[in-house]
Amino acid sequence: MAYSSSWSRALVQISPYTFSAIGIAVAIGISVLGAAWGIYITGSSLIGAAIKAPRITSKNLISVIFCEAVAIYGVIVAIILQTKLESVPASQIYAAESLRAGYSIFASGLIVGFANLVCGLCVGIIGSSCALSDAQNSSLFVKILVIEIFGSALGLFGVIVGIIMSAQATWPTKAA
Amino acid sequence: MYGFEAMSFNIHGGYLEAIVRGYRSGLLTAADYNNLCQCETLDDIKMHLSATEYGPYLQNEPSPLHTTTIVEKCTLKLVDEYKHMLTQATEPMSTFLEYCTYGHMIDNVVLIVTGTLHERDVQELLEKCHPLGMFDSIATLAVAQNMRELYRLVLVDTPLAPYFSECITSEDLDDMNIEIMRNTLYKAYLEDFYRFCQKLGGATAEIMSDLLAFEADRRAVNITINSIGTELTRDDRRKLYSNFGLLCPYGHEELALCEDLDQVRGVVEKYPPYQSIFSKLSYGESQMLDKAFYEEEVKRLCLSYEQQFHYAVFFAYIRLKEQEIRNLMWISECVAQNQKSRVHDSVVFIF
Repeated sequence: MAYSSSWSRALVQISPYTFSAIGIAVAIGISVLGAAWGIYITGSSLIGAAIKAPRITSKNLISVIFCEAVAIYGVIVAIILQTKLESVPASQIYAAESLRAGYSIFASGLIVGFANLVCGLCVGIIGSSCALSDAQNSSLFVKILVIEIFGSALGLFGVIVGIIMSAQATWPTKAA
Repeated sequence: MYGFEAMSFNIHGGYLEAIVRGYRSGLLTAADYNNLCQCETLDDIKMHLSATEYGPYLQNEPSPLHTTTIVEKCTLKLVDEYKHMLTQATEPMSTFLEYCTYGHMIDNVVLIVTGTLHERDVQELLEKCHPLGMFDSIATLAVAQNMRELYRLVLVDTPLAPYFSECITSEDLDDMNIEIMRNTLYKAYLEDFYRFCQKLGGATAEIMSDLLAFEADRRAVNITINSIGTELTRDDRRKLYSNFGLLCPYGHEELALCEDLDQVRGVVEKYPPYQSIFSKLSYGESQMLDKAFYEEEVKRLCLSYEQQFHYAVFFAYIRLKEQEIRNLMWISECVAQNQKSRVHDSVVFIF
């Protein structure tokens, strides 16, 4: 067994509830950060470009919607994760099964949060370039939209893996 | 950090960058220039221009038009767009935009001083000044007798003050000294602008360095060619070259020794990016050199639009607009003087 003051001993003494709660917070908080980042990047370029070329406004709102979707993924996963949190008897809190459940919820939250952060950023930057190109040459819009669709798939990958991770977060039952 | 501008540029610069790209799409195309080149009178030019972005500026002008009116109204459009951007910009973009106009300020100062030397009326000179380079108390320049007074009375309050440290002398102003003063000021301005862009870092630094280096090299070549055969000594000539750019320092050593155009060509052709400029000229011909330089500059300015999230698009837009105004002036003059065969001599197409 490890020495009494080693890091590994300290880590296993942290309650799995802490890890789960942090995971859920990261899932929603960082996803929303990514979505907001992407929306302002796209939005400022879209507004400026629409002054000279007003026709681009309605089509380019799609970019904003893709960024928004990222925040919705975060909300959905946070809601799913918080339903996975169960109470265990005090004697079982530091059992291996509990720790496993806590870690998997934490990891799921991290996965979803950071995947959505970079996805929101990616879609936002592409959306900004899409608005500016569409203002100059309207045939470019659909082609750049394809790039954005690939970018938004990144958030979806994160959500899928996160949900799989959290699906097997089973807390030990009351029977010791 | 270079490469990550996309993450934070749009907070302060996203809206204005989109606006300046919108302005750029309003620049005249080759088709517009072809229409204009086929005009018979200035009224035809006015009619063609009213279909472009210049419409609102020219529609109230009474006939008969003069070329100076056309140029003045088109410059007014540039000034309006520039002011629109400047009022909405925050630091450091507002400082960057102001740097773009210091060149015009220097030209205005030299214009007024030269004009006063030749006993012209101050009001007349003020009307000829470029509007982007105006500042308060510019009319007081007419009072100064030598450079020290010039500095003490007027220029110490302007943004040009730091550029004067190298050229304050007590000599009286005459034509030669004024040209040297203009070039010394411009050299200090370019170096200051270069340092400022380096401090901004990222894509702005890289693209602006390229554009400013081309400007510095172009001025070095022009100074060399214009001072062949004058009483400017080689050392004085060397002092007017900027301390950055492709030609610095070895090219400058060789340029300082040049005594005719072919030697200049020999020096500049050693640098691959500039070979295309002189290859368009046959030996001994110097009239087309200006046009070749303008074409190269326009090519580089248009390339700056290929990248997003940097400030060089603003600088490029101001320069491209000035080139367009030069084109319009040339076309108007050719049409007004019935020399339409020479119209294509000096028109540089932007798109």
